[in-house]
Amino acid sequence: MINPLTESSGSLDSRPERREHPPVDATLKHTPLESLHAELGGKLVPFAGWFMPVQYKSIIDEHQAVRTAAGIFDISHMGQVAVTGNGAGAWLERVLASPVAALAVGTGQYSFLLNDAGGVIDDLIVYRDAQDSFFLVINASMIDLDLAWMQAHLEPAVVLDNQSQRWAGMAVQGPEAVGVAARALPGVALPERNGIVRTTVDGQEIVICRTGYTGEDGFELFCEAGVGQGWFRRFIGAGAAPCGLGARDSLRLEMGFPLNGNDLSPTRTPLEAGLGFFVGWDKPDFIGRAALLEQKAAGLREKLVAIRYTGTGAPPRAHYPVHAPGGDVIGELSSGGLSPSLREGIGMAYLPVAFTKLGTAVEVEVRGRKFPAVVVKKPFYKKPCSGHSQPEKELTS
Amino acid sequence: MNVPEHLHYTSDHEWILLEGDVATVGITDHAQEELTDVVFVELPAVGKRVDAGDPTAVVESVKAASDIYAPLGGEVVAGNSEVEGDPSLVNSDPYGSGWIFKLKVADLATVGTLMDAAAYKALIG
Repeated sequence: MINPLTESSGSLDSRPERREHPPVDATLKHTPLESLHAELGGKLVPFAGWFMPVQYKSIIDEHQAVRTAAGIFDISHMGQVAVTGNGAGAWLERVLASPVAALAVGTGQYSFLLNDAGGVIDDLIVYRDAQDSFFLVINASMIDLDLAWMQAHLEPAVVLDNQSQRWAGMAVQGPEAVGVAARALPGVALPERNGIVRTTVDGQEIVICRTGYTGEDGFELFCEAGVGQGWFRRFIGAGAAPCGLGARDSLRLEMGFPLNGNDLSPTRTPLEAGLGFFVGWDKPDFIGRAALLEQKAAGLREKLVAIRYTGTGAPPRAHYPVHAPGGDVIGELSSGGLSPSLREGIGMAYLPVAFTKLGTAVEVEVRGRKFPAVVVKKPFYKKPCSGHSQPEKELTS
Repeated sequence: MNVPEHLHYTSDHEWILLEGDVATVGITDHAQEELTDVVFVELPAVGKRVDAGDPTAVVESVKAASDIYAPLGGEVVAGNSEVEGDPSLVNSDPYGSGWIFKLKVADLATVGTLMDAAAYKALIG
């Protein structure tokens, strides 16, 4: 007996509905690109409260398209919040953990919304598109919680505008993303790395951000929901291959990028997640600061580490137990999968600091069998040097 | 969609080739297409006794692990070590070199519980 339609879950037990039938969960949200995904042969599954394409033909092929050429992902499920007003910058400096005040107009940075205990409510990108205007791109499943948290901490000279319904979003990623964007957006000055450009093309307002979640160069483009399909087609016509959330997950995992809900949670701090680099330590105050400083002084008990199989084995997946070699359970995988680039099992786990040194041997338990693995440095995948044709050497070093 | 006439099927997208009292089991062309990119196959131990419906093997794609249950009761007499080494055979040759395990069927009368090609074709529409 087989259920070939469990792509969204990674669990043997869960049995999501088949794609031939409408989803039973009426609360699922629908991307404005849904009918286009169906036309392109996309397999739609529930993800983060949305009905989204997990793949079109093959996750591995889509993954490789992004590593070697260019792919396009629907990211309309992600949320956008505009923060404006003459108090916006100072307010975000306190509500977000990163050094927001240091942002030049037209640039963005990776940031966190932390709770008072320093735990991660959400990770996000904050762009400054004008002196007193910011554009936040937040996780799909966190839109309501993020807004409730921000509303609860709101101050008079700040205006929050949830624009999540307004914008369709798409991420164009890969070494050829710049060429694709140049063909799809002739004459438009594209932003630099981490930059943001607002412009009008054919009478349509678009927001172009130079960022992504794959480790490749690329853009995230937001347009009015009603014209989303036209823009998605335009990028496909310019050479981007449609890619689903399956490839998006394997690409981000190869880079060791965290996924909120898996690798980040309200009970884990950026320090434990190994992301202290993105925290504005010099800021006089921000929500969670006291807790982070206390944790820093006391020392960490557990840390998120990258784990790689030392041989072949059953693909590691989230929630699989991690053992000391031949011994006790010391944690569980927060994310895992077979790396299409490395062709080996990779994953991340919060482990006691005694097991977090690079080279530490551990074991991953899959259905009662244990597979040897080792703690490695992030990212798992390093791009082959441009101009050299030695990918195998690069990938296995 | 390729649904060979001489095989038996289950509603869970397995095919069964019966030769005497030995049943060879694999997943259908439709199932491999839905799964895509099979990257790992876990075989049962030879000699394992199973009842119909027991989880017997696991096929994993990039995104998920799927149980394969015994379509009939019996004893596992072989696992296809070739698909262990090259799981993509399940995609490229699902009815041939991509077979997964063989069972010595305990009671041949239970074969009547399986679907024929016409019924399976109707199922997958």
